[in-house]
Amino acid sequence: MARFIERHPAWALIAIIAVALLLWLVFAVWPPGLEQAIGRKRVFLNAIFNGITLGGLYFLVASGFTLIFGLMRNVNLAHGSLYLFGGYVGYAISAWTGSWILSFVIAFLAVALVGVLLQILVFRRMEGQDLRQTMVTIGLAIVFADLMLWVFGGDFYQIQTPSWLVGPVQLPFITAVKSSGEPVYLQYPMVRLAIFVASVIIGIAMWLALNRTRIGMIVRAGVDDRDILAATGVQIQVVFVLVFALGAGLAGIAGVVGGTFQSISPGEDTRFLLASLVVVIVGGMGSIPGAALGAVIIGLAEQLGSVYIPTYAIVVTFLIMVLVLALRPQGLLARR
Amino acid sequence: MLKGSVGLIALGSLLLSGAAVAQEKIKVGVTATLEGTYTVLGEDGIRGFQTALNTLGKKVGDKELEFVIASTDATPDSAVRAVRKLIEQDKVQILLSPLSGDEGIAVKNFAKTRPELTFINAASGAQETTYVDPAPNFFRYNMDGAQWQTGLGKYAYDTKGYRKIATVGEDYSFIYTQVFGLVLEFCGAGGQVTNRQWVPLGTKDFASVIAALPDDVDAIYLGLGGADAVNFLNQYQQAGGKAHLMGGSIMIDQTILSSKGSAKNALIGTIAASGQADTWEDPGWQKFVKAYQDSFPPNKRFPSPSLLATNYYGSTMALILALRQVNGDLSNNQAKLKEALAKIELDAPNGKIKLDSNRQAIGTNFVTEVVDDGKGALFSKVVKVIPNVNQTLGYDPAVFAKIGLPSRTVPECKKY
Repeated sequence: MARFIERHPAWALIAIIAVALLLWLVFAVWPPGLEQAIGRKRVFLNAIFNGITLGGLYFLVASGFTLIFGLMRNVNLAHGSLYLFGGYVGYAISAWTGSWILSFVIAFLAVALVGVLLQILVFRRMEGQDLRQTMVTIGLAIVFADLMLWVFGGDFYQIQTPSWLVGPVQLPFITAVKSSGEPVYLQYPMVRLAIFVASVIIGIAMWLALNRTRIGMIVRAGVDDRDILAATGVQIQVVFVLVFALGAGLAGIAGVVGGTFQSISPGEDTRFLLASLVVVIVGGMGSIPGAALGAVIIGLAEQLGSVYIPTYAIVVTFLIMVLVLALRPQGLLARR
Repeated sequence: MLKGSVGLIALGSLLLSGAAVAQEKIKVGVTATLEGTYTVLGEDGIRGFQTALNTLGKKVGDKELEFVIASTDATPDSAVRAVRKLIEQDKVQILLSPLSGDEGIAVKNFAKTRPELTFINAASGAQETTYVDPAPNFFRYNMDGAQWQTGLGKYAYDTKGYRKIATVGEDYSFIYTQVFGLVLEFCGAGGQVTNRQWVPLGTKDFASVIAALPDDVDAIYLGLGGADAVNFLNQYQQAGGKAHLMGGSIMIDQTILSSKGSAKNALIGTIAASGQADTWEDPGWQKFVKAYQDSFPPNKRFPSPSLLATNYYGSTMALILALRQVNGDLSNNQAKLKEALAKIELDAPNGKIKLDSNRQAIGTNFVTEVVDDGKGALFSKVVKVIPNVNQTLGYDPAVFAKIGLPSRTVPECKKY
C-alpha cells in the first residue's frame, strides 16, 4: 500500500478522493440540488448494495472457476452447467424437505461429486492439452444443458426463501429526512444481506485455507510448480480431485443462492459462465482476491448501469472487460 | 461411390413417397416460445392449440391436417428462423405464428416475401403488426396490447380513485402497446403517469428497479410476463413492497397467478385488463375451460387457461373453420382460404371476434380484479365486459394516427 503511494502519488490521490466521495455519498444526507441532478439517495444506495450483493453471488461462481484454473490450468467451460445443476438440485431438495439449509449441503455434495467425476473421467485424460479440454467442456456444457432441459423442462424455478429471511430489514443509513426532521432509514431485503455475508465468510475461509493451512500450502505449491510438488511425494492427483470438487461444489452453492434471490431456468448456465469469465478476466485468472474484486466491480457496474444508464447497461460490463484487457491484460490482481 | 449413389436414390424415393402422401394432407407450421423468458407462455399456448384440435378435430373434408411445431425465444430473429425452417424444410403451407410482440412484427414482414402462403397470428399483440403497412396474407384473431387495456384506465381513475401512477414494463413492442392503451385512457380521464421504467426482456435482478419505484404514486402498473414477472414479484416481496398494483394482460394471467411460491400473493386485489377473465360466466367460456381442463391432467396444466391458450385456441379455430368452409382448397395461392379467413366471424370462447380491413381482430375486452378462491389459488374475476373494441380504441382514425406509434415515450400523458 505504502509502496503504491510512493510510486504513483497522483493515482493514489485520485483513489483517495474517489473513496472519500463515495463515503460521503453513502453517509451524508444529500442536498436537494444533488437529488435533483442524479435522483434520490435511496435509489443510489440500493444500487450500491445490490451491486455488492450481486457481486457476492458472482464471487461464489467465479471463485471455483478461478481456483480450478489456478491450480490445474483447466479452463472448465462447463462451469455454468455446474451452477445450473446445483440450482436444480437445491430446488428439488428444498421442495421435497422444505429445508433451505439442507438444500445447500446436498447441492454442494451433488455438484462436488459431478466435479470429481469430471476431473477423473475427463480432465485427467487430457492433462496439459488446453484446446482439447476447452472443446470437450464446451461439448459437455451443451450435453448437460439438454439433459437438464429434458429432466426439468423449460420452466423457471424459484427456491422458497425461508420465512425468517423474507422481507426487508432497516439499515443505519439515512436516505432522506422528512419535513418533520425525522430521518428515513434504508430498507433492504434481508435475504440479500444474508447471502452477501455468507459469500464474504466463504471468501475469507478460502483465503485462510489457502494461506494458513497445510493443504493450502500444497495447493499453492501446485499452482507454482506441479512437477516439483509431485516429485516431493505429494499425491498431486488427489489434490487435483479435491480442488475440483471444492470449486464445483461452490458453483453448486451459488446455484442455490441464485435460485433463491433470482430464479433458475435453461440459459442461466451460459449467463453465469459468461459472468464468471468476465469476473476472472477482470480480476486476474487464478487469483481468489482477484475474483472477489472482479465480482464486486461487475456487480456494481450491472446494477448502477441498470439504474443510471438503462439503455446501455448491457455493454458496461463488457466495456470494463475491454478496458482491463487493453490496459492490464493479466487482470487487476494477477500475481504475474 | 456406388454406395453413395444407391443411398441417394433411396433418399430420393423416400422424398418422392413423402410428397405423394403430402397431397392428402395440409401441413401447418406452429411456433411458440418454448425457450427463454416466455417458456411458460409458449407451453400453455400449445395447450390451447391442442385443446382446439381435441374439440374441432383434424379433418378438413377428406384431407387431414398435419402440424409441425417449432420453438422460438421471443426474439424476432428466432421467430423468422423458425418460420423459415417450417416453410423451407418442413414444407408447411400455412403458418400459425408467432406468440410474442416483436416476433409478430418480424413474421408479418416476412409474410410479405411469401405472398402465396397464409399466416395466422397465434398470439402476438404489438400494435404495429397489423396497424402499420399490414401484410395481405397475415390475419390476427386476437386483439393487440392496447385493445387489451381498454377499460383499465377509466376503472382505475373512476372506481379506484388512482390519480398518479408509474409504470414498469419490459422494453419491447407488446408492452409499449399495452402502456399505450393504458396511458391513453388513464390520462384521457384526467390521471397522471409520472414515470415509465423499461427493463430488458429477461432481466433477473430487479432489486435496483424496485428501489427506483417512486413512492408518491397511488399505484404501480406492471407490464411484465413469464419469468420476469415471477422474478419481479419475488424480489418485490423480499424488498417489502406494499404499493397498490395494476397489471398488464400477461402479468395478471394464470402463467403468473399459478406460479410456485408465495410471492404472487402480492397480486391479490390487483386490477388489470385483458382479452379474457378466468371467472367469466359465459357458457362458451365455461365450455372452453372445461375442454382445456379435460385435455390435460391437473399437474400438466394451469387451473384455468391462460390468455395464450385462449389466443392459440382462437387462431386454430379460425384456421380450421375457414379451411372447412373452402373444403381444404389451397389452389390459386390459397386465394379462397384467404377470402374465407378475412370474412369469418368467430364465436370464440372469449367473445365474438371479427376482422377489420387490416385483418385485425375486433373483439371483447375484460376489466378484472385478482381474487383468492379461498384455497390459495388466484383467479382474475370479471369487473366489466366491454364488447366491440377496435384497434383505434374508438378514436377517429385520423386522430388516432396523430398520437404516433407506441414506444417508450409515446403516447404523451394528455387528452387526445
